[in-house]
Amino acid sequence: MHFFPFLAVFLLTLRLNRNIKFTDLRLKWRWPLYGMMALSVGLFVLCDDHFEDSVSSIIAAAYLLGVIEYLKRQDDFKSFMVLLNAHLPLIAAVLLSGIAELIVPKFYDNNGSFFVSAEMAAFVWIFIRVSTSKKQQQEIRRINERKDELEELVAARTAEITQQRNELQETVKELKATQAQLIQQEKLASLGELTAGIAHEIQNPLNFVNNFSEVSVELLEEMEAEIAKGDMEEANAIAADIKQNLEKIRHHGKRADGIVKGMLQHSRASSNVKEPTNLNTIADEYFRLAYHGLRAKDKSFNAELVSNFDESLPMVNMVSQDVGRVLLNMFTNAFYAVHQKQKTIGGDFRPKVEVSTKVLPSNNVEIIVRDNGTGIPDAIKDKIMQPFFTTKPAGEGTGLGLSLSYDIIVKAHKGTININSKEGEGSEFIITLPLG
Amino acid sequence: MKILVVDDEEDVQPLFLQRFRKEIRNNEIELDFARSGEEALDYLKEKHSEVVLILSDINMPGMSGIELLGHIREDFPMPPPPVVMMITAYGDEENYKQAMDKGANDFLTKPLDFNLLKEKLKTISE
Repeated sequence: MHFFPFLAVFLLTLRLNRNIKFTDLRLKWRWPLYGMMALSVGLFVLCDDHFEDSVSSIIAAAYLLGVIEYLKRQDDFKSFMVLLNAHLPLIAAVLLSGIAELIVPKFYDNNGSFFVSAEMAAFVWIFIRVSTSKKQQQEIRRINERKDELEELVAARTAEITQQRNELQETVKELKATQAQLIQQEKLASLGELTAGIAHEIQNPLNFVNNFSEVSVELLEEMEAEIAKGDMEEANAIAADIKQNLEKIRHHGKRADGIVKGMLQHSRASSNVKEPTNLNTIADEYFRLAYHGLRAKDKSFNAELVSNFDESLPMVNMVSQDVGRVLLNMFTNAFYAVHQKQKTIGGDFRPKVEVSTKVLPSNNVEIIVRDNGTGIPDAIKDKIMQPFFTTKPAGEGTGLGLSLSYDIIVKAHKGTININSKEGEGSEFIITLPLG
Repeated sequence: MKILVVDDEEDVQPLFLQRFRKEIRNNEIELDFARSGEEALDYLKEKHSEVVLILSDINMPGMSGIELLGHIREDFPMPPPPVVMMITAYGDEENYKQAMDKGANDFLTKPLDFNLLKEKLKTISE
């Protein structure tokens, strides 16, 4: 039965041609496939006409094997491997039958139907195999399509997320720049609050400088007169006064100088260099500046300033302008709190702000800023250290004071800030800084 | 003539003593000093009858000059009441009005013009 292999080749080439119809392979393979198709028909006719059935079977099987093996070696038909392999049983069946017919013709004649059924079964197998593989292929194609869809989706999502990440990075950058700007603004704002206090603080020593120098000129004139009169005792007394005055002039000149230097230091970017500093001096300076600052804004404001400085306080290693800024913030808050209370209850209320320093046994120094002002309501106690939190009307506070203070004391100086406060009674800010 | 000068600045004392050196030597005036409103009131409890003029700074820690003025006018009304001159670095309307409302006789701004002050003293002593 050499008919089956030729038919199989014919059908195979037909199928392949159909399958590659819309692909790039068409141009390359269309004619070879048609050739094989024609060759099948030709060989079939030739065998039918010239050879015994047995020889024709062997030729047909060999031809089919050749075609299959040839196609299997082509990369272009890799995806048809299942189809191609499905022909192998037919080749075996036809070859076996041809050989049997040739070598044992009697046996073949007696069992011809067996051989024919085997060839038919092998032939049918091709189609069964093809149809199942077709389903599988469809399934695979479906899965692949789904996979492509998913991959596209993933790619889209990834692009979206990447874009979002870039946007976020940009936002973080902008926020950092804004933060730096705000810190600078906070510095300038607190400098603004200081300006009036500074003007007042400079005016006082300048008045003394002017007054003492004027009076010294008068004294010198008197001294000359006394010398002319010969009253050397009086002249000496006057000379002592003049000497004292010159010392006063120097003292007040230095005082003004220190204030200006302090102001410059306050507005300058922090050097972040810790240096041994007299905490009492800084506390006293900012205490007065904060008071006069508020005093200049509201002339009716008055408060009792109490300072208890521990004179045995050793030098504290710190970034003085940063800690100064913290103290200024604490004082400004304290004066603000007592001022608010005075505005609401007025009358007999006596505003009082205290500052004290002392050395703790734990090798820390402690600075306490205490006021008898409005106090902090329990509801906002947790929030007052948060950046931008402020109880002041819009435009009056940046809300950064305590948050920056926390950064300076706790993060940069490894100190602590504790707050005791009772609404309506007052607040107490306790700062500790490590010694050495 | 006894004058009480109230100012929290320590160096006000030598300054006044020198500025009024001649007057003090000629026994024209006598200067006393207080460093706060509270101190001034304590002083006045003893010597209010002797003090003719009180020169007080307004801006002081604790009791302000304005408050002190109120106390002086309330606590020592017996004639003749002392002349009170307020001194301040903040020479603004509000301060001036407050001082005058509370019964100040005069209002001077820092830096003090001592020649002007001396002129004013002459009119008081006459």
